[in-house]
Amino acid sequence: MTTDDVLIKVEGLEKSFDGVGVLKGIDTEIRKGDVIVIIGASGSGKSTFLRCLNLLEVPTGGRILFEGTDITDPKVDINLHRRKMGMVFQQFNLFPHLSIMQNLVLGPIKLLNQSREEAKANALKLLERVGLADRADDFPNQLSGGQKQRVAIVRALAMNPDVLLFDEPTSALDPEMVGEVLEVMKALAKEGMTMAVVTHEMGFAREVGTKVVFIDDGVIAEENTPDEFFNNPQNPRLKDFLSKVL
Amino acid sequence: MQELFSSLKEQFISTFIVEDRWLQLVEGLGTTLLITFFALLIGLVVGSLIAIIRSTYEMNVKGRKAGRVSDYIIKVLNVICNIYLTIIRGTPVVVQLMIMYFIIFASSRNGVFAAILSFGINSGAYVAEIIRSGIMSIDKGQFEASRSLGFDYKRTMALIILPQALKNVLPALGNEFIVLLKETSVAGYVAVQDLTYIGNLIRSRTYEAFFPLITVAVIYLVLVLIFTFLLGKLERRLRNSDH
Repeated sequence: MTTDDVLIKVEGLEKSFDGVGVLKGIDTEIRKGDVIVIIGASGSGKSTFLRCLNLLEVPTGGRILFEGTDITDPKVDINLHRRKMGMVFQQFNLFPHLSIMQNLVLGPIKLLNQSREEAKANALKLLERVGLADRADDFPNQLSGGQKQRVAIVRALAMNPDVLLFDEPTSALDPEMVGEVLEVMKALAKEGMTMAVVTHEMGFAREVGTKVVFIDDGVIAEENTPDEFFNNPQNPRLKDFLSKVL
Repeated sequence: MQELFSSLKEQFISTFIVEDRWLQLVEGLGTTLLITFFALLIGLVVGSLIAIIRSTYEMNVKGRKAGRVSDYIIKVLNVICNIYLTIIRGTPVVVQLMIMYFIIFASSRNGVFAAILSFGINSGAYVAEIIRSGIMSIDKGQFEASRSLGFDYKRTMALIILPQALKNVLPALGNEFIVLLKETSVAGYVAVQDLTYIGNLIRSRTYEAFFPLITVAVIYLVLVLIFTFLLGKLERRLRNSDH
C-alpha cells in the first residue's frame, strides 16, 4: 500500500473542554475502503474523536490531514472539505421543515451546483436502494426512527462523499429497527465506501470492520483487525470492556 | 323611549355626519395602519438582525478566547445590542416617542415619521428577544447536520435555522404585533392624528363621549380580530409539516 491510499491521517490529536482533556494524543490513519470501527466506554472520547474528524469539534492540538490537506489549519475553508465527509448522527438530525426529497437535494443543489432534476433523480435512486422511494414527499416526522436514519444516510450519500462518519447511528433506535440500518451500512461497506463508525454493535464491528479501534481515556489503547481484536485482546481495559459487552 | 332614540340619533349625527367626521375617523384609521405597518417592518428587520447577532455571539463567541477579527466584531455588536435592548425595554414608549419628536426631530416636526421610527425601534427590541428565543430553541443537531453537509454559518442560518425558528415563534410575534397596533394609540402625544386622537378630538368637539370612544374601541377590536384570524391561518399552513 502506498501513502496515496491514506484518506485521513490523524497526528497527535488533542481536544480539551475548559481545560479538561478528552482526547490526549491520537494517532491513526484511515485508508480508502477502510471500515474503521471505534469502540469504547461512554466518556472515553470516541464520539469526540469522530466529531473532530470533520471539525464539528475544533481540536486543541495535533493535526488532521484529509486527502493531504491539514484541515485544522484555520486558513483552510473547512466547508469545502466537509462536503466530502458525510456524517450520520445518533439523533438523525433530518431537517423537519423540509420534505424527505428537499432534505436530500438541498446540499447537492446549493453546494454542488447540481440542477434540480439531476439532484432529484440521484436522490430517488439512492432512496430506492434503501427502500424508501415511496416516502420522498413525506416529512421526517412521518417516518419511524429506522426510516429516518436510512434517509439520513442517503442525505450524506447524496453529496457523493469520500468518507462517511457514523456517530452511534443505531443507539437511538428501537431494537427492531437496528437491523435495517445496519444492513444499509453493510451494503455500503461492501461497495467499498470508506467509513468511520462509532458504535456499540460488536457484531457489526466483527463482520464488517477492517480495523477496530478501542479508545480509552482519550487515547487509542488498542487497534487491530477484528479477528485479533476480539479473539486476542491485549489491553487489560479492553479485556474488561469486552467481557462486559459481549 | 322616543326621547332616548332621538337623543341617540342626534349624538350619532353629530359624531359621524356633521363636518364629515366619519371621514376624519377613516383618515385616522389610515394613519394608525400606516404607522403600524411601517413600524412592524422596521421592528422585524431590526429585531432579526439583533437576534442573529446575539445568538451568534452566544453560540460561537461567548466563553471562548476571541481569535479572529470577526469574533471581536460580533463581541462589539453584541454589546451595542445589549445597550439598545436595555434602554428601549427600560423606558416607556411614550417617552421614547416624545424624545424622538421633540428632541431628535425637533427641526422637522414630522409626527408620523417620528412615530413610525420610534414604534419600529421600540418593537424591534421585543421582536429581537422573541426571535432569539426561537433560534436558541432549535436543536444543536440541526446546526451540526447542516454544517456537516458543508453549509457555512450564514447559509445554515438562512436555510435551516431561521425557517424553523420563525415558525416556532409565530404566536409570540403575532402577539407583539397586536401590542404594537394598540401602542400606536399614544401617537397623539406628538400631534399625530391617528385613530385614537381623532376619536378624542370628536369627543371634545361634540361634548359626547359615548359614540366616538366606543367606535374607536370597536375599530381596534375588529382590526385585532382580523389579524388574529389571518395569523391563525398562516400558523395552520406552516404546521402542515409537523404531522
